[in-house]
Amino acid sequence: MDQILGNISLLFQFPVVNLKIVVDGLMIGAIFALSAYGLALVWGVMNVKNLAQGDFVIAGGYVAWWLAKKGMPPLLGVPVAFVVMWGLGWIAYKLVIARVIERDLFTSLLATFGLAIIMAQMLNLLFGSDTQSIQLQYDTLYLFDGFVDIPIAKLLGVLMAAALAAGVVLFMKNSRMGQAIRATAQDARAARVLGIDTEKVYSFTFSLNAAICGAAGAIIVMVWVIQPFYGITHSVRSFVIVTAAGLGNLPGVIAAGLGIGIAEQYGAHIFGIGYQQAIAVLLLLLVLVFRLIQQRRMRQSLK
Amino acid sequence: MKKPLSLLGCALGASLLVANPASAMDCETLTLGSAISLTGKYATNGIHAKNGYEFAIQKIKDAGGVKIGDKCYNFNVIYYDDESKGDRGATLAERLINQDKVQYMLGPYSSGLTKAIAPVTEKYQIPMVEAEGASRSLFNQGYKYLFAVLSTSEQYLASAVTLAAEKAEESGKTPSSVKVAVAVENDPFSLDIRAGVLEDAGRYDMQIVVDEQLPRDLSDMSAILTKVKLLKPDLLIVSGHSKGAATAVRQISEQKISTPMIAITHCEAADVVGNFGESANDILCSTQWAETLSYEDPLFGTAANYEMEFKGAFTEYAEKTVPYQTAQASAAVYVFKDAFERAGSLDKEAVRDAIAETDLMTFYGAIRFSEFGNNIAKPMVLRQIQDGKYNVVAPSKFASHKVNWPRTPK
Repeated sequence: MDQILGNISLLFQFPVVNLKIVVDGLMIGAIFALSAYGLALVWGVMNVKNLAQGDFVIAGGYVAWWLAKKGMPPLLGVPVAFVVMWGLGWIAYKLVIARVIERDLFTSLLATFGLAIIMAQMLNLLFGSDTQSIQLQYDTLYLFDGFVDIPIAKLLGVLMAAALAAGVVLFMKNSRMGQAIRATAQDARAARVLGIDTEKVYSFTFSLNAAICGAAGAIIVMVWVIQPFYGITHSVRSFVIVTAAGLGNLPGVIAAGLGIGIAEQYGAHIFGIGYQQAIAVLLLLLVLVFRLIQQRRMRQSLK
Repeated sequence: MKKPLSLLGCALGASLLVANPASAMDCETLTLGSAISLTGKYATNGIHAKNGYEFAIQKIKDAGGVKIGDKCYNFNVIYYDDESKGDRGATLAERLINQDKVQYMLGPYSSGLTKAIAPVTEKYQIPMVEAEGASRSLFNQGYKYLFAVLSTSEQYLASAVTLAAEKAEESGKTPSSVKVAVAVENDPFSLDIRAGVLEDAGRYDMQIVVDEQLPRDLSDMSAILTKVKLLKPDLLIVSGHSKGAATAVRQISEQKISTPMIAITHCEAADVVGNFGESANDILCSTQWAETLSYEDPLFGTAANYEMEFKGAFTEYAEKTVPYQTAQASAAVYVFKDAFERAGSLDKEAVRDAIAETDLMTFYGAIRFSEFGNNIAKPMVLRQIQDGKYNVVAPSKFASHKVNWPRTPK
C-alpha cells in the first residue's frame, strides 16, 4: 500500500512522468491495435474467432528477423512479412479455416487453437526457443531533460503501423474487394445473392488478416522481442481490444488500443508492472459489465 | 517392400546386440535414464544439457570407462522428450523406471521439470543427479535421492550485493547507504533470486527502493525503469529469463539509465552482446560457470580445456561460447562415475550413499552436497561485459578481470 501511495505521489512530484507514461502507452497501443484490427476483420466478416492471431504476429516477426539476419535491411521486413504471411494465411485458410467457417463457434475455436499450437511448435523447431529481436541502429530522441525518451525505431514502428492502418481503411472504403468484404460482413447470404463470391471474400479476408499480423510482428521484433511461445500475449490483447471496441469499428479499435496502452502503463506505474495486464483485463470486464447493463435496459424497453 | 526392410532391421539389430559386448573394449553397459526437453520452450537448453551428458559419457569411455570392482562399464543414457511439460516429465520418469528398468537418473532441464520428476524418483528410491534445476524449493522437501551439482538460485545475484557493498566502502560510503532496485519475473526461479538479494541486502541494511515483479509475458519494462530514473538506486537487479534480459538491456540503453551497477541473469541465452552491442557494456551477468575459471580435474582437464574439447566434439558450438548448462551436465555424469567407483557396486543404495559423500574438484567447480542434496562447495560467478567480452570479475579469488565501476552507459 505504501508503495502504491509512493508511486502515485511520484506522479505529482514529477509531472513530466505523466507525459512519459502517455507517450509509452500510445506507442504500445498503436502496435497492439494493428493485430486487433485484423482480428476484428475476421471476426466480423467470417464470425471466426481466431485464437492463432498472436501466432501469426510472432510468425511475421520471425520472417522479418530471419531475413534481417540474412542481410536484408530490417525495415524492408515489414512489407516482406506482409507478403509472406499473406501466403501463409491463405494456406491456413484453405487447409483449416474454410472447413470450419460454417460450423458452430466451438469448432472454429478448437481449430484455431490447434493452429496456434502447431504454429508455435513449428516456429520453435525452425528457429529454436531463444528470444530474438532486431536492434536498429537509430538514435533515441530525448525530451524534457531526458525524461521522455522516444526511440526512433519505435517511432518508425508506430508510423508504419499508422500507414498500414490507413491503407487498410482506404482499401475497405474504396476498392471493389473492400466493398465486397463489407457487404459480406453485413449479410453473407444477401451478398451471395447479389453475385459476390463470398468464398473468395473469406479467403481474401483471412489472408489480409494474416498479412496485417505479419507486418505487426515485423514491427514488434524491432521494438520488443519475440519467442515462439509468446503468441498468446498478442492474442489476449487483441481479444481485449476488439471486445472493448466492438466489431467493424476501426476508429473504435484504434482508440481502444491506444486507451488500453495508456491504462496499462499507468497501472504498471501505480500498482507495479506485474499488474500491467491485469489492468487491461479489468478494463475488459468493466466494458462487458457496462455493455450488459446497457443491453438489459434495451431489452426491458422492448417488453 | 516394407517387410523385408524391417526384417533386415531386425537382423541388423540382433547382430549388433551380439557384437556389442565384445567390441566396446570389453566394457559392459550401465544404463542411465533422462527425460529432457528436446522440444517445447526449453528445447534450446535441454539440448545443451543432453550434449553435455553425451560429451562426458564419451570422455569417460575414452578414458577406459567406469571401473566398478574388477569390471568396467560404459554409460548409456535412454532419453525421452518431455516436451518441456511437467506432467509429461513425471510420466516419462515412471516409464523409465518401470518399463526400461532404469536404476539411476540424470536430471531434466529447468527447476520446474526437476520438481515434477523428483517425487517419482524419490518414490522408487532411484538416485538422480541433476544439473539444471536450481530452485531452492527443490532442496527443502527432504528428498534423499536428489542431488544437484549447480549453485541454487538464491545465490545467482546475491554476489552483486556484496560487490556493491565493497564498492560503496571503497568510495568512502557505508554499505547501508546503498539503494537497491529489484525487478524479477514472477516465477519460482526468479523469486528465489529476489529472496537471495533481499536477504543479503538486509544483512548490509541496504534500502530497497524498487521491488517489483515482472509479468511472465513481459514485453516492456519502461514503467520500472522510469521509477529507477526517479529514485536513482546504486544497484539494479533484473531477472526474467532471456526475454527479461533482452528487454532490460534494450530499454536500459533507450532510457539512458545511469545506475552505477546493473546485474542481470540470462545474458548468454539472450545473446545481449550480439543483439545489442555496446548497449550491454559494463552490465554484470551471473553464471554458474565460465571457461576462464581456474578450476580443473583429471578427466576433463581445465575449464578452458573442456571448452576446447567440447567444441571439437560438437562443431555446432564452434562459433559461440559453450553454455554453462552443458558444463554442469557433464559434471553430473562425472559425479555418477566418481560415486560408482567409490561405491564399488551397482547397488543403488550403495551408490546413493556414495553420491551423498561426494567431495570432488571438477573443471566445473568443487562439488560437495549438503544433507538436502544441493551443492554447497561452488560459488556463483559474476561476469561483466567489457567491450563485448564476458570477463569474470567475482568471486575475486578466481576472477580474471577487475570490475568497471561505476558503469559508463553508452
